[in-house]
Amino acid sequence: MAKINPEIDHLLRRAGFGVSADDVGIFRDMSPAAAVDYLVDYEGRPDDVDARIGRPDHAQVNTDDHLFAPDINIEDARQRWIFRMIHSRRPLQEKMTLFWHNHFATGYSKLNVDSGQTQAAKMLAMKAGVLRGPQGQIETLRKNALGNFRDLLVQMAQDTAMTIWLDGKSNTKAKPQENFGREIIELFTIGVDNYVETDVYAAARVFTGWNLRGSDDYRQDEYGDLNSYQEFFYNADEHETSSKTFSFPIYSDGGRTIPSRSISAGMQDGFDLITALAVHPETGRRLARKFWNFFISEIQPPDPSFVEAVAGVYRQNGTEIRPVVRYILNSAWFNDPSARYARYSWPAEFVVRSIKEVGWQNYSLDNARSPMAAMGQQLFEPPNVGGWPLGANWFSTSTMLARTNFAAALAGNQKAFLAATLAADAGTADGLMSTMLNRVTTAPLDQAPQQALASYLAAAGSWTGNGDQLSTRASGLARLLVGSAEYQLV
Amino acid sequence: MAISRRVFIRSGVATVTAGLAAPSFLSRIAEVQGAGTRNLVVVYLGGGNDSLNTLVSYQDAAYYSRRPTIAVPAGQVLQVGTDGAGHALGLHPRLGGLLNIFNQGRLALVQRTGYENSSRSHFEAGDIWGTANPQSFSGSGWLGRYLDTLPRPLDALAAWNTTAETPHALLSALSGVPAIANAGSYTYASPNRGSAALQERAAAQAMATNPASGRPHLAYVNSTSLGAIQTLDRVALVTAYTPSVVYPNDGFAQSLKTVAGAIVKGVGSRVFWVTTGGYDTHSGQGGGGGGAYANLMGTLGDGVAAFYNDVRNQGLASDTTVIVYSEFSRRISENGSGGTDHGAAGLMMVLGGSVRGGLHGTAPVLSPGHPTLENSSGDVHYETDFRSVYAKLLDSWLGVNSVPILNGDFRTGAPAIF
Repeated sequence: MAKINPEIDHLLRRAGFGVSADDVGIFRDMSPAAAVDYLVDYEGRPDDVDARIGRPDHAQVNTDDHLFAPDINIEDARQRWIFRMIHSRRPLQEKMTLFWHNHFATGYSKLNVDSGQTQAAKMLAMKAGVLRGPQGQIETLRKNALGNFRDLLVQMAQDTAMTIWLDGKSNTKAKPQENFGREIIELFTIGVDNYVETDVYAAARVFTGWNLRGSDDYRQDEYGDLNSYQEFFYNADEHETSSKTFSFPIYSDGGRTIPSRSISAGMQDGFDLITALAVHPETGRRLARKFWNFFISEIQPPDPSFVEAVAGVYRQNGTEIRPVVRYILNSAWFNDPSARYARYSWPAEFVVRSIKEVGWQNYSLDNARSPMAAMGQQLFEPPNVGGWPLGANWFSTSTMLARTNFAAALAGNQKAFLAATLAADAGTADGLMSTMLNRVTTAPLDQAPQQALASYLAAAGSWTGNGDQLSTRASGLARLLVGSAEYQLV
Repeated sequence: MAISRRVFIRSGVATVTAGLAAPSFLSRIAEVQGAGTRNLVVVYLGGGNDSLNTLVSYQDAAYYSRRPTIAVPAGQVLQVGTDGAGHALGLHPRLGGLLNIFNQGRLALVQRTGYENSSRSHFEAGDIWGTANPQSFSGSGWLGRYLDTLPRPLDALAAWNTTAETPHALLSALSGVPAIANAGSYTYASPNRGSAALQERAAAQAMATNPASGRPHLAYVNSTSLGAIQTLDRVALVTAYTPSVVYPNDGFAQSLKTVAGAIVKGVGSRVFWVTTGGYDTHSGQGGGGGGAYANLMGTLGDGVAAFYNDVRNQGLASDTTVIVYSEFSRRISENGSGGTDHGAAGLMMVLGGSVRGGLHGTAPVLSPGHPTLENSSGDVHYETDFRSVYAKLLDSWLGVNSVPILNGDFRTGAPAIF
């Protein structure tokens, strides 16, 4: 809960969720390059965060009426994910999982309508092996957070939740269904203006037969066994076997036509198309532009030389993401001081960073769920397959009000903790101010807001720095800082 | 103290100053209202509405042969007569509320609206309808540009968006539009009470007033914060609104109730935005006039009818125009999952106490090869440029010159909806 140095603070805001007291001890003496490796090579850090749920010195989780069940209850799954963002020893893994959740944006509500709430939560959030059936989509994203993008596309094309979300379930040879075929081209890979309508129709035919089947005991309602499940299955009888021609190369020899194949061999159509999309030059550029906005800046448009350089790293490494992210975090673009506080925080980033900085003593993460929805980001419920509208779009009067009101609720909840941890430095109002500014980290404050904050402390009258005065002014100051425009930038 | 819009206008500013907690804005409210009293409410159907099932050409045999499981049976449609080309048409059976407005002559159904080379991408198409520019759709929105023509300083509540995100149509070069989904939760919280809370709010307002020169992104976030603080008190008036009808209990109708409250309470907003989603019906639309699509129609028709009846009862129907549209319509032939994929031209609806109702434009003929179709007869080709409907709303309803706002003259061929 303190600043370390500007380079590391910036790195931890972008490649993580800010700096907690524990992070200070870990990163204080690291060079930026060493810190990048520490974050990127996260397999060296224990994946023990879920096991720490329930520890009294961590943020708490809470349910109204049942045992905490994050593998089958979506509200609990949301709490578990926020817990991970706060407490994981692998912050970049969680940050990239959030990135991919937005990229492959899949919403709970449609799954719930299709399969009921238990199965819907399971499809999105179940950890492998907790119950029978495939792991949830977020676990696949988490395991592949810095993996191979082509392989991730294959896993998404075969993901249970995705198959329901984009109607692959009903993509048949008699009536090809375009939803998944369109979005894997338009949103997951090469992007608009780089394909034509007939590519979409061909892609729909490519994925005919990529379907789901239920386990023997699966029932499409709320009363099935928790262990029942749906899983990916290639239904060869529904595969459309004619050749499919695209406007862009499918094969390395420049060939644009996927040949006619027998139904038993027809699944290869999908692998061929996915590989072609993954290595298409526009895919690397599109990912580069998204990474620019996610890691570097939303104020400056993507630097064309950044886009080409990152797309080059992506291509040279066979669509592996880890070298791409390592390259970005070590780059001059990332480390340019003008990139600091040059992004608009996503609600998840804002909420997690404020909890890490203000405090989590006896704080239940259930309290953060509704405010996050009001801020415009309910986890596992993106507004549509395009993901959340990012950047300045996060901010409107009502979403900003939701952020400031969350700041008020958090500061109120942590009043005693704030007073206890700040008392030693609160002998003067200036002492409280400088300690708070070192803990709750905002973009630089101009003279006018500094003046407003000083006036707020001065309004307390004669300064005693203890008792009600301290808990009132410390919480009020935390609320003003976390609710400030300067704090919304990361 | 509740102030009705009519009282406000009749009595002028001086007599009602005490009723509003933010007197510094009264002059701006008066300024906006002095320019006119007309409201525009946009109802956006998110996902691509299947217009062919909204307004059914129920004597077109190809409609039934190409939609064997999802067509609305001819016997169930709510007949609205024949269009200029002689096509017999009927509304979806769950649009009974809209039929009443049609029969009062206050619902215009503008068929086959769209543009050349219709985009089948939700996002691109949404941007095109938002910017009113099929060629370059990354700039400000058409309603944002309308707001930019209003006198400065613009009242922070000149437009009211009832969704959390700002739709592209409302993006403005000069000002942010408040997003107020729920007037009841649009309040200001503090960890403290009493004078400390008041001092904190004053400090927050002072911080948000910082111009942040040289940092436009910070200034933008500050403007949303300041906009919230400045509009809290007037929005609170709306929570005290008692409607004259019972609204359905879904989010869409409740948003329309909020809009009606804002109009009746005269908070100063001129443009409102309401979204209802779920229209991306790739699967399971339902057949026999029932099912998922029928539920969408019920939500739409019941909500809009409640709103129209409410403002009419309050004597404000002739001040209010509602426009209903979506980013595209859907494929003519149903797909294998009892749904329809992304299509092209569709239906726009315009209703209100000043609207000239009726059937505008002509229905497509769905037999393969017919010139009203495109994309190998897969989709409906447009007949009326959607921008000509925008032009009519701007010129004849909001009273501004549509040409600079739409970057062109689209008045030719505009349907006579006013």
